[in-house]
Amino acid sequence: MNENAPLAEEAAREQPQLPQVSGGDALIRALKEVGVDSVWGYPGGAALHIYDALFKQNSIEHILVRHEQAAVHAADGYARATGRCGVVLVTSGPGATNTLTGIATAYMDSIPLVVISGQVRTQLIGTDCFQETDMVGCSRPVVKHSFLVKKAEDIPAAVRRAFYIATTGRPGPVVVDIPKDCTEPNQTFEYRMPEAHETEMRSYTPVKRAASDQIRRAVELLRQAERPVAYLGGGVVQGEAAEVATELCRRLHLPTTCTLMGLGGYPGSLEDPNWLGMLGMHGTYEANMAMHHSDVILGVGVRFDDRITNSPDKFCPGAQIIHIDIDPASIDKIIRPDLAIVGPADEVLGDMLKALDSGGESEEDVRERRLPWRERISGWRSAHGLNHHCVPEDETPGRISPQRVIQALYRLTGGSAYITSDVGQHQMFAAQYYPFARPRRWINSGGLGTMGFGFPAAMGVQYAFPDAEVICVTGEGSIQMCLQELATCIQYNLPVKIVNLNNAALGMVKQWQDMQYAGRHSHSTYSDSLPDFVKLVEAYGHVGARIEAPEDLEPELEKALGQRDRLVFVDIAVDPDEHVYPMQIAPGAVNDLWLSRTERS
Amino acid sequence: MREGTRHVLAILLENEPGALSRVVGLFSQRGYNIDSLSVAPTHDETLSRLTVSTWGDERTVAQIVKHLNRLIDVVQVADLSEGDHLEREILLLKVGAVGGEQRAEIARTVSIFDGKIVDTHPEQYTLQISGRSDKLDAFIQALGSVSILEYVRSGIIGMSRSEEDILPG
Ligand SMILES: Cc1ncc(C[n+]2csc(CCOP(=O)(O)OP(=O)(O)O)c2C)c(N)n1
Ligand SMILES: [Mg+2]
Repeated sequence: MNENAPLAEEAAREQPQLPQVSGGDALIRALKEVGVDSVWGYPGGAALHIYDALFKQNSIEHILVRHEQAAVHAADGYARATGRCGVVLVTSGPGATNTLTGIATAYMDSIPLVVISGQVRTQLIGTDCFQETDMVGCSRPVVKHSFLVKKAEDIPAAVRRAFYIATTGRPGPVVVDIPKDCTEPNQTFEYRMPEAHETEMRSYTPVKRAASDQIRRAVELLRQAERPVAYLGGGVVQGEAAEVATELCRRLHLPTTCTLMGLGGYPGSLEDPNWLGMLGMHGTYEANMAMHHSDVILGVGVRFDDRITNSPDKFCPGAQIIHIDIDPASIDKIIRPDLAIVGPADEVLGDMLKALDSGGESEEDVRERRLPWRERISGWRSAHGLNHHCVPEDETPGRISPQRVIQALYRLTGGSAYITSDVGQHQMFAAQYYPFARPRRWINSGGLGTMGFGFPAAMGVQYAFPDAEVICVTGEGSIQMCLQELATCIQYNLPVKIVNLNNAALGMVKQWQDMQYAGRHSHSTYSDSLPDFVKLVEAYGHVGARIEAPEDLEPELEKALGQRDRLVFVDIAVDPDEHVYPMQIAPGAVNDLWLSRTERS
Repeated sequence: MREGTRHVLAILLENEPGALSRVVGLFSQRGYNIDSLSVAPTHDETLSRLTVSTWGDERTVAQIVKHLNRLIDVVQVADLSEGDHLEREILLLKVGAVGGEQRAEIARTVSIFDGKIVDTHPEQYTLQISGRSDKLDAFIQALGSVSILEYVRSGIIGMSRSEEDILPG
């Protein structure tokens, strides 16, 4: 013991019970208290007090990205894979504006995120001072809510509220903008995290249970249906309702389709006759046909957006529609349902299961009634279903079809990898040819369609599950939008696999130009200016591989996936002339489809 | 041509900085219309009350109400047009008023509409009329060829007449 000990003891006795902290310390402490273990971020002037507070602790890990957009996508990937809230920390001005694409991406897909941005000193706000932007204003249309902190003492409450809002009801991103003076290290105060009830908001009460008579009506409608379809969306995955949804669909013998966001909400499988695959713009023939000809549709956690409905006035003309969603504003936004149930998907579906248990027609009778419908569906499937078991018939010899790459990935990973993706043809092939058996395995920007999302999202997933197999299926266009994160993966040892379906073009754009602009490829090609991806990733210290011959595909892929502790970038030369089919013809009904370059439904 | 009907929405809002911009932003972001908007704190100073006059078909207005409710700062929304309600608006008008005859004529019209001349200059009057918006419109009509120098309306404020429908502020 040193000689100052008695003095220190005395001082401790005199101190108030609550510890004195700075705003920066209070922020870190509050984050810890609400359960945060990791923060994705990038420092700068207005956030430096916070970064100093981070430096002095070790219970929250900070991952330094190379661009703030990637911080948000990574936190978003983490959130999608784990169901927890992702956290981002950036500085004011350019740091803050760089997050906007990421925030909008999360907003469109209802992903819980808290984005903390440094702001210039309170006194300087509004003076156009260095690195000032109105972050609350800039982000307003793409956040669930936002806060501008007014004084340091408010930080713990702001954090608690931000997490509460981000994670409850229909989740979404929340921005907390903190002026630099609020995190000043020399200005300390008593840390006090308000109790949960103190941060309750009279203006925010997420919906709870739905009325039981609606539940019973929905169950009866589904039982009596001749040609029902369950149409499951991102709300099933994000709402932790995949298990109940699956049980309900199975017990009601409902042919089931998932949206791009809902994949994994019902176990995708090549054997289950009730699994229809994805629906919508690039959905399967059988899913879109079944939707169009159905008499009752059970939509759960879906938005009836334009990539599903095609023309809303032609949408499923003979169907009675049951729409379950947690957000009242989703109901009757595009399609007027015959029966609307507002509530959390897991609870509503759970209540429907209970209603099933409490009597009514036997499951066997229900199954019987479905047989002709199932027959029709299997007819559609065998006529024009995706070719899952062998190579596409029109494959060009010597070229690798992108679909085959996904099929190979599916085989090699046993269908259980985390697959993240970007936007384009590669994304659609991944969604079509990798049947996801579990929720939260397909990590994708569905609503905003953000190129550049896939790779940083994969980092977030890999960080959350260090031992899991995490694969980013991307295109040479998309991957170049957040490529700088290769450095982050070295620093934090994130051995994701990048599978680049390299068609040497903005393939999806080119496809539309082929189909709608007589093949005028306006600014969608760049084959003579592509980087050597293998050398590029090697320069960062990673492993690269290039696959060009069809016979090398599976063995080389297997080798790449086998390097579990390394980031491997597999650059695959795929057939540049391939198109994604089926493709809905707009304007039209759900089942107006191109099935190939020449064939229409 | 406008489609749909006019609706008057009463909104209770947290009296917080930025809250109003969320409401206004929602209307522009989703392509909803605002005809008039008035806002002020209530007797409970933590709350502001807004009256928004908008138009659209039933479905659009229902969506507006739902999206307003989704905003975290919005405490409550009521569509006053669904029931019997009061609407008031104030008009201040600076007009040219030259010569005894014209000044008398204006004063007469003002008194018919139960308004006031609230300020006067040798060649100008400032007029104040309050009431329903259509009354204000009718007043402008009735003024005829008088030259209008300055014109400001408060936007509608509204309240339900029902004993039960209370937006506690
Ligand atoms: C940030 C962003 N910019 C533009 C687009 C429009 N867009 C959609 S798909 C696509 C092409 C993507 O090319 P690539 O990543 O190579 O994928 P491919 O379609 O070739 O598989 C583009 C430009 C987008 N979705 N996101
Ligand atoms: Mg490409």
